[in-house]
Amino acid sequence: MLPRKFHQARWDEPIIFEMSSSGERGILVPEVEKDIENSAGDVLAEIPKHMLRPQPPRLPELSQWQVLKHYLHLSQETMGADMGIDISLGTSTMKYSPKVNEQLTRLPQIAELHPLQDEQTIQGMLEVYYGLEQILKEISGMDQFTFQPSSGAQSIYTNASIIRKYHEAKGELDRRTEIITTIFSHPTDGASPATAGFKIITLMPGENGYPDLEALKAVVSERTSGLMITNPEDTGIYNPHIDEFVRVVHEAGGLCAYDQANANGVLGIARAREAGFDLCHFNLHKTFSSPHGSFGPGAGAVGVRKELAQFLPVPTVDFDGSKYFLNYDHAQSIGKVRGFFGVAPVVLRAYAWAMSLGAEGLRECAEISVLNNNYLQKKIMEIPGVTVRYADKRRLEQVRYSWEKLKEDTGVGTEDVARRIVDYGIQSYFTSHHPWVIPEPFTLEPCESYSKADMDEYVSILRQVAEEAYANPELVKNAPYQSTIHKCDTSFDDPHQWAPSWRAYLKKKGTGSEAERKGTAESKQSTESGEDRLVG
Amino acid sequence: MSKKAYPYIPNAVPEIKTQLLEACGLSSVEEIYRDIPEHLRLPREMNLPQPLLSEYSLRRHVEEILDRNRSCKDYLNFLGAGTWQHYVPAVCDEINGRAEFLTAYTGKTYADHGKWQALFEYQSALCELVDMDITGMPTYDWGQAAATALRMAARITGRTEVVVTRTLSQERVLQLRNYLLPEIEIKFMEYEQDTGKLDLADLKKKVSTKTAAVYFENPSYIGVVETAGEEAARIAHSYGALLVVGVDPISLGVLAPPSHYGADIVCGDLQPLGIHMSFGGGLAGFIATHDEPKYVAEFPNLIYGITRNEEHEEYGFGQVYWERTAYATREKGKEFTGTSAGLWGITAGVYLNLMGPQGMQEVGKTIMQKSAYAKKRLSELKGVNLSFPSLTFKEFVLNFDQTGKSVAEINKQLLEHKIFGGKDLSLEFPELGQSALYCVTEIHTKEDIDKLVYSLGKILERG
Repeated sequence: MLPRKFHQARWDEPIIFEMSSSGERGILVPEVEKDIENSAGDVLAEIPKHMLRPQPPRLPELSQWQVLKHYLHLSQETMGADMGIDISLGTSTMKYSPKVNEQLTRLPQIAELHPLQDEQTIQGMLEVYYGLEQILKEISGMDQFTFQPSSGAQSIYTNASIIRKYHEAKGELDRRTEIITTIFSHPTDGASPATAGFKIITLMPGENGYPDLEALKAVVSERTSGLMITNPEDTGIYNPHIDEFVRVVHEAGGLCAYDQANANGVLGIARAREAGFDLCHFNLHKTFSSPHGSFGPGAGAVGVRKELAQFLPVPTVDFDGSKYFLNYDHAQSIGKVRGFFGVAPVVLRAYAWAMSLGAEGLRECAEISVLNNNYLQKKIMEIPGVTVRYADKRRLEQVRYSWEKLKEDTGVGTEDVARRIVDYGIQSYFTSHHPWVIPEPFTLEPCESYSKADMDEYVSILRQVAEEAYANPELVKNAPYQSTIHKCDTSFDDPHQWAPSWRAYLKKKGTGSEAERKGTAESKQSTESGEDRLVG
Repeated sequence: MSKKAYPYIPNAVPEIKTQLLEACGLSSVEEIYRDIPEHLRLPREMNLPQPLLSEYSLRRHVEEILDRNRSCKDYLNFLGAGTWQHYVPAVCDEINGRAEFLTAYTGKTYADHGKWQALFEYQSALCELVDMDITGMPTYDWGQAAATALRMAARITGRTEVVVTRTLSQERVLQLRNYLLPEIEIKFMEYEQDTGKLDLADLKKKVSTKTAAVYFENPSYIGVVETAGEEAARIAHSYGALLVVGVDPISLGVLAPPSHYGADIVCGDLQPLGIHMSFGGGLAGFIATHDEPKYVAEFPNLIYGITRNEEHEEYGFGQVYWERTAYATREKGKEFTGTSAGLWGITAGVYLNLMGPQGMQEVGKTIMQKSAYAKKRLSELKGVNLSFPSLTFKEFVLNFDQTGKSVAEINKQLLEHKIFGGKDLSLEFPELGQSALYCVTEIHTKEDIDKLVYSLGKILERG
């Protein structure tokens, strides 16, 4: 199969501030009736002078079609999962988000719902929350859920907060100061509990790619507050001794929280409960198909065993047999992690998605996602320059590969390949979280949404780029060519150069001619260090 | 009978599945799961509701459930208190419904260039609105943004106390309390009972050389426009503390942004800027600072920066000071980061760029006019009083003590008139008696407000 002849949209689109034309309006404000105007009087005169904005904000001035076109150009210059074959963003489970679910979230019955309305007027919304909770209880074996967290990281923070409160209630928080995680768990399994005040112990993998049980035993102590871990880890390897990990931590008096960001391959197969976990969380924007929205909003579903339900953030949603209600009765609640009740449209999409599949369909998702992944792995491993660490271990839903050999052979590294594949119409892939334990990594996750043809095309592109690397490494190193822009310096660590706003850019451009020259020179150099800033 | 096919799972087709298995040298999918021991397996099929396999039946099912809601399209709404009903321009929905933005995630500038530019333009527009130079990707919501702003202040000053206004919602307090644990201690400063404004005398009592930051919101949760920002800033700064101010961005066409009266860090919520309420799902926080390395170094969230490739005459985008994030350094990063609210950032950018300088000024003035009209009419009702005589923006507190009715009773009866009355404050602020926080915005017509006045009048007449 030959890669398709692709060219990304290239509109050479100005920054919207450069398009401003004085006096134009994109939209008008609702009218004020004469009676109101007369009755209200000169409201601006009532604002003390020092509190009145002296000049209006210096926003661009454009008419509506011009604004629309500008953003449509920008949308065309965006790949997004709906455009390319987004096997690229491993650990993120880029699955199809059904359009019907999207349309449902845009109905006024949810979009125009105020969170503080009387309970009798939000029964439908509460039923959706309750319904999804029942589904997730069965999928995980946990006893109660909250959908308040807005993301995976905030879910992990929620779990860390519950662990903190649990030990505090037992009067042991002073000495239980440590959370254990693994290097192949998401970075926030370290960062979120650290924010909650814990000291983090990170286990490195053993020889065989599994987290090392002996290493765990060596660090577990009366200081252990809990374990926060993914399984399968970001390598795609399922740790078969996970229940042993849980047992060791339980024996030391700690709690175990299961980061189920990688749950897609085990839906209906293996659950948090059987492995002994006390808490878990799912990313509804990954496993449960809500679209990722250019980096959110997502939603996290945090589930706990009934002994921990008293610690959940308030309120939860309950049902008394005739009506749904908000339940604030959680004696030792950690309080709140987000305003109101979480990201309701994401909860609705997840509910609709799960209801469209049922038990059999959800298991089909899991089975096809692992089958797809094993097929893809087989094909990827035939590409010159690709290796995989812990090759004897069966992968579930994703694989972290390595271009180490390609780099040794040709000088072309994983960041170069990531830029080059864009020329063939697929998303620049996710390398790995940091630190890179696997050299020159790339992480692919062909979940159940991808067809065989999608996978074959993806493989053909990677093969094409690998062959290019062996034949003409400079071609790959200087990519992309068919994209919206060319290779440039994308790391901004110098305060004299960084510009997160147009006004800051103009200031630095106008006053820093030396900095400007320096920036241009740097943009021509290889930017190995700055380019792997993909996150997931 | 045709075999089962799942429209979202192409390879569920048995023939394709067989092809894939054969290519892998496997006889069944079970072989892939062989590393998961039996005792960790679910030994049965999950017990879940029967699926709604056709799109039609799914749609019917969900629509039937949602039809049990009564939305602010069905009823006249005067609730605000953290999520507000403003007009959402059609172009905002058009853009955030675009498949490319909706389904993009973490792709880099080479594949998702337009996403990066749209978010950079959001950052740029927000910076104009708050008149500061630095902001990043949106955070989860105002509460998270405020908590992070306070944590940033604590790291910058090396101190562990914050002095926070007591006029915060209970929601915000619960969020701050949880998120500021374990190091940061919250001290509350009182408000003036007669005006609802900051009690500067109490601030002076609470603030000390241990104070990392002083925090208030403008307009406050109880609607009052705080006019003593400069004095609060002077007091905070005199102790080496930072001033952090939370702000409603839609007020900033007419009200001075906090940077003008000395705020060092500004935070707030983007939801008023073109984002539907969605039962609270439309929240998205922002944090903005001046362009100094000591501030930028403390942001936990991603910050998009612009560069110019002079050779090709192109803009490119990348991460500003990435090493500070948890993505780069795990637990050594600043707090944590992750999926936040990118789509709402893009939407807020679209909104601000549609509105422009004049639009933001006009919407601010319009809200104040309509809100002032409502205040005037409502306070003419017998037994209904404004709790504070102070300047307000879109929300204001009405007191019903002299009506002999509780807010809960009144709001129940307003439902019969298809009106959502203001947020009951009697539990959050018992000292305000039977009071409610009413919200009037640009979307309310004179007729809407008159209907509220009429209905309330009827309810109160009934005694």
